[in-house]
Amino acid sequence: MIELTGAGVRLGGRGIFGDVELRVDAGQFVAVLGPNGAGKSTLMRVIPGLVRLDTGSVAVLGRPPAQVRSAIGYLPQRHGFDPSTRIRGIDLVRLGLDGARWGIPVALTRTARERRRAETARVEEVIALVGATEYARRPIGELSGGEQQRLLIAQALVREPELLILDEPLDSLDLPNQAAVAGLLRRVCTTQHVSVLLVAHDVNPLLPYLDQVIYMAGGRARSGSADEVITSATLSDLYGAPIEVLQTQDGRLVVVGQPEAPHHHAPRHELVT
Amino acid sequence: MTPSLSPDPISDLNALFTFPFMVNALMAGTIVAVLAAVVGWYMVLRRQSFAGHTLSVMAFPGAAGAALIGLPTALGYYLACGSAALVMRGARGSLRRGRGTETATIATVQTVGLAAGFLFLSLNSAVLGGTETLLFGTFLGVSRGQVLTLLLVALAALALIAVAARPLLLETIDPEAARARGLPVAALDTGFLLLLAAAVAATSQITGALLVFALLVAPAAAAQQVTMRPLPGLVLSVVFALAIVWLGLGIAYFSIYPVGFYVTSIAFAVYLVARVSRAMAERRRV
Repeated sequence: MIELTGAGVRLGGRGIFGDVELRVDAGQFVAVLGPNGAGKSTLMRVIPGLVRLDTGSVAVLGRPPAQVRSAIGYLPQRHGFDPSTRIRGIDLVRLGLDGARWGIPVALTRTARERRRAETARVEEVIALVGATEYARRPIGELSGGEQQRLLIAQALVREPELLILDEPLDSLDLPNQAAVAGLLRRVCTTQHVSVLLVAHDVNPLLPYLDQVIYMAGGRARSGSADEVITSATLSDLYGAPIEVLQTQDGRLVVVGQPEAPHHHAPRHELVT
Repeated sequence: MTPSLSPDPISDLNALFTFPFMVNALMAGTIVAVLAAVVGWYMVLRRQSFAGHTLSVMAFPGAAGAALIGLPTALGYYLACGSAALVMRGARGSLRRGRGTETATIATVQTVGLAAGFLFLSLNSAVLGGTETLLFGTFLGVSRGQVLTLLLVALAALALIAVAARPLLLETIDPEAARARGLPVAALDTGFLLLLAAAVAATSQITGALLVFALLVAPAAAAQQVTMRPLPGLVLSVVFALAIVWLGLGIAYFSIYPVGFYVTSIAFAVYLVARVSRAMAERRRV
């Protein structure tokens, strides 16, 4: 599904990461973890071809990213819609289907009308899949973070991608919603046969579902099962500093001793050209 | 010359079309209303009203300056708005800094623009109808040639929007997602600012530079209060704009007061009604 070999990116003269080896198989549910500025978002942007590698190679479905763009659903990191945005959730989802289509948006021929009907049905179907039917006709800006996130997931899913990449989809959600959206993504992964790759700050809401973890720190990355990667030994090696991974009684993982994120790095939203 | 209303509405309506200047004004107003309503709908959704305002303020020195050096004022409008749009786009730099971040610098430039326009007019007040006309609009003296130019500009702009309707909508709501889909986000952004410039330049010729918003913002904002659906919203915005222009011109014809006042007041009324009816509809639902 995804294969990175010796992958490295430099942005603005600064190395973001280097020598990243990575392999994600079809149908896997994968979390990308690590401190701020470790290059998680950049890695997520390499896969849909939004950032080019400076060293090494990337293949998605065995091809260069630019050639398989339509098979990739990418959900950028975002901070919610402005409350006054006068657009309905359902229209947002529909833009997932036809937002990149040029031409007059009026169905004139019979085939165009039939296609439009099929697309409307597909939009309703995917909204039902993420459980957003109830609020899909309300203005997107008035919805809660969790509701917006579900509709954005529907928007990414509506074209039936083979790979779904989400940059911090659980960010700014409360704990019950984090668990619900994580569960939804796992269900989508299994029932829709989509590989899911997501960036997360906290691995705990995802722990029950993960096939693989990619941990990025200090310009490098380690991947494997959560048990293999989130250990004191592996993380200490990645950070180059003593790190302790503790497990609470209910199975939650706590990482102790992470050095503060480096302060010289640009704010994340300035990173990419 | 102020025609008075007769008891017979049909003859009043006929009177509107008696004089060529009025027919020209109605044609120009119709063209401008459709263009402003469509571009304005996107502008309101993109939260670029401030950019629109800036362009309209720069239209004033453009027209005054063109008249001063002997160029057609219409050309001055288009040149000033177009270059102001490009400067604004350049000043913003990277797209990721977001729209609407360019406030302080632009506000300063606006003031200079207004002052420059006033200076150009003072140097040359005999040629033009004067400050008032450029700032607050007139429907007198719209020539056939001007109508034709407006028509060509509007057709070109509307054709571009029709072709890019959906990509522009996606780029408006979610630029990051648009980029991920492989859309030329920077080109769409710059392109829209230029279309906005064209719409402002066209509208300024009827409403004057300061009252452009009566046609650019009010119909679009009112339409978005009534419906959130894109296509019906665009259509409604056009309907509102046409109603505003036709009513405004019609009343102004029988009145001694300037057209800008009527157009703006009707636009305000339309927006007010839309806003209140939405609030009432929402209260009923709760």
